[in-house]
Amino acid sequence: MRAYTPKDNVQAKPYYTDRFWVAPQVAKQDVSSDAVFEHDLNAIKAKFEVLDAYIQVEQMVVVINAADNFAVLEMLKNECAYNQLSEMSAIDWLASEGKFEIFYQMLSMSKRKRVRIKCKIDENESIQSVEKLFRSADWSEREMYDMFGIIINNHPFMKRILMPDDWEGFPLRKTYPLQGDEFAAWYEVDKIFGKEAREIIGPENRDPARIDRYDTERFSRLGHEVPRGTDIRQGEPDTPLVYQETEGVFLIEKFDAEKSVVISDRHR
Amino acid sequence: MQQPNRLRPFFENITFDRDDNELILNFGPQHPSAHGQLRLMLHMQQEQITKAHPDIGYLHRGMEKMAENMIYNEFMPTTDRMDYIASSSNNYGFALAVERLIGLDVPRRAKVIRMMLLETNRLMSHLFWLATTALDIGAMTVFLFAFREREYLMDLIEDYCGARLTHSAVRIGGVPLDLPDNFIPDLRKFLDKLPENIKDYEDLLDTNRIWLMRMENVGVISTEMALSWGCSGVMLRASGVEWDIRKEEPYELYDEVEFNVPVSDKGDNYARYKLYMAEMRESAKILYQVIDMYAGTEPALMAHAPQYISAPKLDIMTQNYSLMQHFVLVTQGMRPPVGEVYIPTESPKGELGYYINSQGGAYPYRLKLRAPSFWHTGILTDLLPGHYIPDVVSIIGTTNIVFGEVDR
Repeated sequence: MRAYTPKDNVQAKPYYTDRFWVAPQVAKQDVSSDAVFEHDLNAIKAKFEVLDAYIQVEQMVVVINAADNFAVLEMLKNECAYNQLSEMSAIDWLASEGKFEIFYQMLSMSKRKRVRIKCKIDENESIQSVEKLFRSADWSEREMYDMFGIIINNHPFMKRILMPDDWEGFPLRKTYPLQGDEFAAWYEVDKIFGKEAREIIGPENRDPARIDRYDTERFSRLGHEVPRGTDIRQGEPDTPLVYQETEGVFLIEKFDAEKSVVISDRHR
Repeated sequence: MQQPNRLRPFFENITFDRDDNELILNFGPQHPSAHGQLRLMLHMQQEQITKAHPDIGYLHRGMEKMAENMIYNEFMPTTDRMDYIASSSNNYGFALAVERLIGLDVPRRAKVIRMMLLETNRLMSHLFWLATTALDIGAMTVFLFAFREREYLMDLIEDYCGARLTHSAVRIGGVPLDLPDNFIPDLRKFLDKLPENIKDYEDLLDTNRIWLMRMENVGVISTEMALSWGCSGVMLRASGVEWDIRKEEPYELYDEVEFNVPVSDKGDNYARYKLYMAEMRESAKILYQVIDMYAGTEPALMAHAPQYISAPKLDIMTQNYSLMQHFVLVTQGMRPPVGEVYIPTESPKGELGYYINSQGGAYPYRLKLRAPSFWHTGILTDLLPGHYIPDVVSIIGTTNIVFGEVDR
């Protein structure tokens, strides 16, 4: 019987981990160690529930409820001078806790501070769009939907952005294999020839970039050229490489090492 | 796909089936001035654009997915393929993010070499920008001039790391090699000549009537729009925001060198052009200072952190324990501590950020690449309406988007 491999996370895993290995932690500082961050955190705490807050690698991380995401970002933008949303995306924790984590990376140019707002949603839960506050979220949220399948409410143009519109599956989920799934493997065949062509074409021909060492119909091996279609599974003859005709080619001067000049200083 | 049994004639680029006189023009994805695989669907009234839909994803390789399936050092050559015009800055951004995650300080000589690489990459990228944009507008001479200078820089980088485009010249924890003997004299020779070269370009373009008509008051981005769309780098500074990560949140040796941050409040194509030219001069200024720093540094190139970084080659070949460490790090990979970082750096295109979420494993649990060009492409949605077809080319030119990093 084959060994059981978990299907909820099919990404690469180290083949060996010491059973007593305990991973160290990146240090977390208390928010009170930074006056600016503390002020901002108190401003958030005054109106919203804060589940966790700390400083890690010089940036404040604030965990909030997913329902507050728009209001918190609006407050940070208008009252705390966080004027740019530099990045936002999601992390897939479906395997361990059945949730997506969404982070908003905020930048305040006047304070020179960066804050990361995080919240968690369930797999089939949707989240409010922040596109009204930051136009950059328009594309970020589309990318997040494209990659994780997280539905965004009130988004003006909810459509895939990087993958084709008719794609099935969400590539950055941990359940999605790196090489793609069945749908991905047949995508081009299905689209160009139709599903019924799958059996005619077969898995060995569906990849146009596939290289077969013994295929002399489409490939010829440099230095081992044979007539097209020859069976070379038993070996092939050597054909010596000839780069220049001995007598020279009409109109093309033969290279003469003595007469040529080598430019030694390429940088003038 | 073309359907032969359709009754109406089928045109690849233009659809005529609107009654309201609106024309939909499909610009790209193979348009030579789209700077890569950009497809724009433009709704037009006569020559004027009323709506624009940039369509991306033609170069999507799933780098974030690949990162989750690679050990940290394995991912380094992949970062080259993001902004392939200035690949060392991508390498550096990733290396810096992992170093901050681990809490590692790199030797000073490595820092100096990294500074040299970063700034030569900035020069290369800006020269490439100038060349291609000028070519799109029709200035062939500038293209040839700028490519000539870029060629010298590529030769220099080739002397350093052996590659011209995809350098992988930075390692997590330092740099792999010391500078070759000819590097500094050659770089100095190039820098001495650079002001003359920049003057050549400016003589050709600055007061050129065609250039001015295509550039001045075209593609004006207001400050609010630039901030809202997450613009960074020159796109932001041309709109009147003085924000350069090298100055505001200095990394490496940027707090030790003197340089200015050129800013303009015009927000149009011409302002961005002027900023690129000014930035090249500032890069040269930084390079001169960094060259002087090199002489006084200790020869160490990689940080000493046996848990994460392999020992120098000499130690690996002579000492048993270093060999064992090296073997484990190559086969299994380093395991940074549990935690997350978001580290922004000022790449030639803007704010290049790496968000890494590590769960203490050899593979990052989540790696998000924040590429500046992604939003600089998105802004075309709001920027293009109101402009005319020829403006599209010059606006795409000055946004300086590279599709390797838009699609990742």
